[in-house]
Amino acid sequence: MKRLILILSLLVTPVLAVEPDEILADPKLEERARELSKGLRCLVCRNESIDESNADLAKDLRLLVRERLVAGDTNDQVIDFVVDRYGEYVLLKPTTGGANLVLWATGPIVLLLAIGAGAMFVRSRRRSAQTSDDLTDEEQARLKEIMGE
Amino acid sequence: MIVELGHFALILAFAVAIVQTVVPLIGAHKGWRSWMAVAEPAATAQFILVAGSFAALTYAFVTSDFSLRLVVLNSHTAKPLLYKISGVWGNHEGSMLLWVLILALFGATAAWFGGNLPPSLRARVLGVQASVGVAFYAFVLFTSNPFQRLAQPPFDGQDLNPLLQDPGLAFHPPFLYLGYVGLSICFSFAVAALLEGRVDAAWGRWVRPWTLAAWLFLSIGIGLGSWWAYYELGWGGFWFWDPVENASFMPWLIAAALLHSAIVVEKREVLKSWTILLAITAFGFSLIGTFIVRSGVITSVHAFANDPERGMFILFILAFFMGGALTLFTARASIMQAKGVFGVVSRETMLVANNILLAVSCMVVFVGTLWPLFAELFMDRKLSVGPPFFNTAFTPFMVILALILPVGAIMPWKRGRLGRALKQLRWAFALALAIAALAWAMQTGRSALGPIGIFLGTWLVAGAAVDLWSRTGRKGSFARLWRLPRADWGKSVAHSGFGITILGIAGLLAWEVEDVRVVAIGETFDVAGYELRLNDVQELRGPNYFATTGFVSLIKEGVAVTELRPEKRVYPVAGMPTTEAGIDNGFLRDVYVVLGDRQLDGSWAVRTYIKPLANWIWLGTIVMALGGLLSLSDRRYRVAAGAAKAVKPTQGVPAE
Repeated sequence: MKRLILILSLLVTPVLAVEPDEILADPKLEERARELSKGLRCLVCRNESIDESNADLAKDLRLLVRERLVAGDTNDQVIDFVVDRYGEYVLLKPTTGGANLVLWATGPIVLLLAIGAGAMFVRSRRRSAQTSDDLTDEEQARLKEIMGE
Repeated sequence: MIVELGHFALILAFAVAIVQTVVPLIGAHKGWRSWMAVAEPAATAQFILVAGSFAALTYAFVTSDFSLRLVVLNSHTAKPLLYKISGVWGNHEGSMLLWVLILALFGATAAWFGGNLPPSLRARVLGVQASVGVAFYAFVLFTSNPFQRLAQPPFDGQDLNPLLQDPGLAFHPPFLYLGYVGLSICFSFAVAALLEGRVDAAWGRWVRPWTLAAWLFLSIGIGLGSWWAYYELGWGGFWFWDPVENASFMPWLIAAALLHSAIVVEKREVLKSWTILLAITAFGFSLIGTFIVRSGVITSVHAFANDPERGMFILFILAFFMGGALTLFTARASIMQAKGVFGVVSRETMLVANNILLAVSCMVVFVGTLWPLFAELFMDRKLSVGPPFFNTAFTPFMVILALILPVGAIMPWKRGRLGRALKQLRWAFALALAIAALAWAMQTGRSALGPIGIFLGTWLVAGAAVDLWSRTGRKGSFARLWRLPRADWGKSVAHSGFGITILGIAGLLAWEVEDVRVVAIGETFDVAGYELRLNDVQELRGPNYFATTGFVSLIKEGVAVTELRPEKRVYPVAGMPTTEAGIDNGFLRDVYVVLGDRQLDGSWAVRTYIKPLANWIWLGTIVMALGGLLSLSDRRYRVAAGAAKAVKPTQGVPAE
């Protein structure tokens, strides 16, 4: 039983993601803080933003974001501040520059290629629709043969 | 003893699968009927053996046989019976056993219902299916044997991951696997047709019900998983773009594309090579999904197994089957000449567009999922690709798809007129626009997301209704509506299910209300027109957990609607906390309450959400699956199945 109590006391019980005492008095700033939090990854979690996470680190980051906002930073400045300290791993929305361009461009480029290929296919089907009505020379000859007999 | 029997049955199934691979394939190649005929009893025997093996493992879990390593790691005597059973597949080894069980099940059903297939094609399908089986039996037996005994059994087990002790997640894996693994039979049909050297309309007709079955199970599986995440993870999200979710979503997208392109093959004998390619890649994505989940290569919420050896094994299986099938595909490209011809404005063209959108959107998910891995391996950068990327990059495809879907669905085969189709749909369009305008007017100062989603959703549902109505003839009649083939109903129902899901997503994302506050016991607070009162918070005991339960009254206009019980649970054996949200499910909205921490002054942190249309997301999924089921029960499949050997298979429909 002693062990059980120890285990229970050691366990971190699930808490709220955004806790009431974190919320900023200024609703405008708070809204910006929430928006920013949704794009920042909780580094110790698996695929959760700091807005959703219950981890202590996420709480620290949420407070950090709010601190910077209160200090008068713009959204970009806050993001840069966090990325400088935690690396680009913290960004849930990857940057669009450099090699990441490949990631972002994949959808549009593949779509264009696919549309091109699809259009060519559809056109080829239509062309054979037109040509198939006309008889080939061989068929013409055969037709004459049949008609002639 | 029973455990040993199960183990032995699995080894026997492995042996049977080897025979089922080798003998029928040689028989089909040489034209020896007796060798081909081996496939059918072998498929049945294989299934019975794996089923026996699976039953043995289930027995060990139910009786809490702690001499079995797997049971110790994933069970506990205090666990409710349901979760003792679901514990069988709630772990790596057991879930792989479920994998091979379903693989064998699909093989066996193909043998039982494949009476109308030409003997050589049937032998090849079952042979290829068994070859996939051989690879996975080897995987289970050599790297992930669930039947390992312990020399010194402990008194009790270590309990199942508490997150998995939930009714939604108990049945999530079986459905997901029925879909995932069900695509194996489409793969087998594709490879068999390539070996056979013939892809025709009849092939499209045979492969379609299997695709439909796999797709509808996959829909249910994904829906269950999403529903579980909604109420269990504590903030009411429904989709996280987690690598493991993506792993199941990619085959779903490809299966949806395959479903549609197989219709074109069946009706018009075009898109053959594309359809074969889809059938191969759909299963390829299932294997990639299995690899992602089972190797733990991309850490995520769901990755419970981390073992590089297993990952390499699955990667090898993937390389072998995809490499082999695609090589065969290129070698046999000449047999897949398109026959039918059609105009630029036609259902064929619209289905090509459907396939482009689904396949490219799948590509986007694929690249986004693997990009962090790629960046780490080749650029030495550690980065994340999260929901903001997918929402931006993926959503446009679904918006375009939803826009063109009703037009494509109503377009006639071969040659249509855009003006005529649009004219038929004008009321659906007007209705969608009106409802979207209403939504726009009712909301104040919010994004355009809600009205756009409402427009698309209504457009889809109304468009599906118009489509169905137009099938009853020029004037339309209710009597004829009921006599329409079930495939027509299935199509409209599935399409409107897609619309309902879009409505749900739009409503939830655009109009959710959130409230976070500290509440003293007995205190009342308002959230978006509702009154909530925290009556009490008590410490309670469940069968294998301790709970802190809040009792919250939900009051609307002075009338008590219900009492919600948000909980925080601690599972002492597994040493893990979970949250159970208190949810009042409603048709138009959910009220979602989460209990937080006790504050120093004895009050509690409480988080409340009003989630408009939340349930429509899963309702739409169910409706989509229902549409699949209707289509699957269409007369032509029932008749084809019943007619069995008596009727000679149709050798394609005339092209013109």
